[in-house]
Amino acid sequence: MSNVVDARGLSCPQPVLLALNEIKKINKGEIVILVDTDTSKENVSRAATTQGWDVEVEKVEEKYRLVLKKD
Amino acid sequence: MTTGKNFLATRWGIVSVGGLIGILAPLLQKWGNPANMGVCVACFDRDIAGAVGLHRAAVVQYMRPEIIGFVLGALIAAYAFKEFRSRAGSAPIVRFVLGAFAMIGALVFLGCPWRAVLRLAGGDGNAIFGLLGLIGGIWVGTLFLKGGYNLGRSQKTHTSVGWLLPLIMLGFLVLMLIFPQVQGQEKSGVLFYSIKGPGSMHAPLFVSLMIGLLIGFLAQRSRFCTMGAIRDFVLFKQTHLLFGFIALVVVAFIVNLILGQFNPGFAKQPVAHTMSLWNFGGMVLAGLAFALAGGCPGRQLFLAGEGDGDAAVFVLGMIVGAGFAHNFSLASSPDGVGPYGIPAVIIGLLTCLFIGFTMRKEVA
Repeated sequence: MSNVVDARGLSCPQPVLLALNEIKKINKGEIVILVDTDTSKENVSRAATTQGWDVEVEKVEEKYRLVLKKD
Repeated sequence: MTTGKNFLATRWGIVSVGGLIGILAPLLQKWGNPANMGVCVACFDRDIAGAVGLHRAAVVQYMRPEIIGFVLGALIAAYAFKEFRSRAGSAPIVRFVLGAFAMIGALVFLGCPWRAVLRLAGGDGNAIFGLLGLIGGIWVGTLFLKGGYNLGRSQKTHTSVGWLLPLIMLGFLVLMLIFPQVQGQEKSGVLFYSIKGPGSMHAPLFVSLMIGLLIGFLAQRSRFCTMGAIRDFVLFKQTHLLFGFIALVVVAFIVNLILGQFNPGFAKQPVAHTMSLWNFGGMVLAGLAFALAGGCPGRQLFLAGEGDGDAAVFVLGMIVGAGFAHNFSLASSPDGVGPYGIPAVIIGLLTCLFIGFTMRKEVA
């Protein structure tokens, strides 16, 4: 079961802060981040990629489900 | 899957947008805007406050079409790329207060972060103190962010909520067309127009509006943010937005050199004063308020254009703050800080600290 971070409705830089906190906490594995703006999607993806995580983006209606993975 | 790649959100995208603003801002100066003020979101919001009579400082009253263009350009981009999301409800009153004090701080320095770098690119050494203050204020803001400060969640809401600020801007444009400037007259219908001073200096309406729309469109797509540039570097060591901000200053410097608009020095710089401590202090306040509110004044306009009702409240806070700044003699002038500018900066800083320290609960 992967950790889920709900960053919907939060403005900059909260989604990235929450994502990076989770990344620091578990170091590797899978994290799901929920966001609702394109900006947050891009920012979280950019931050996670810089930390060496793979990012998959799924669009669910007007929201995004970002799946971050690192082995 | 992702829906298409957004070039403007890449490293080269943000550099291109910053660079383009660096070309357009000095050109706007050449075409009529005040010196080192091709684009200044704080100054222009203040001029709009003057145009509608929220303050009666006769030298800074003009309905700046650039600001109208920023919001409407962002709105067009948001609709064109299906990014318009009407949302609101994340501590609006806090955003209003932060907007008002951000404006007061910026007017003690005499410029927002955009103008701070345009002043630097024009050779105004006083801008260095403003930029240092900006960095200092944002740094304090990042300490609050690390400590758990947040504004709470916004909620998805009726489309019309997100449309209100764009509609207000459209209304301002209509007013300008119904009551156009009349040479030598300080009022046309309901609108005030400066006949001398910075408010009387402006590029032609159509030029300003078109450039505003273009910048608004591109900035919405690229997420250009001057405060975010510094914040992300301090907080995450991320340089993405910073490259856009640096591109702006470097290109504006080169364009100023070409246009003969580069005049290095400290004394007698246009729309600037030499009281270094308060150039610094004013921007500490502005930087902290922008950091706590999550965006520079330009970014707040672009967010408001893409449906963010809370960013819209920040914008209105800035406009009302400008009213206070001039009615209460808080704003600086080329002679130095206003009679009540220093206490206002201190009150603003205390207010920001109060907000920063008390809004640290976990978000539900």
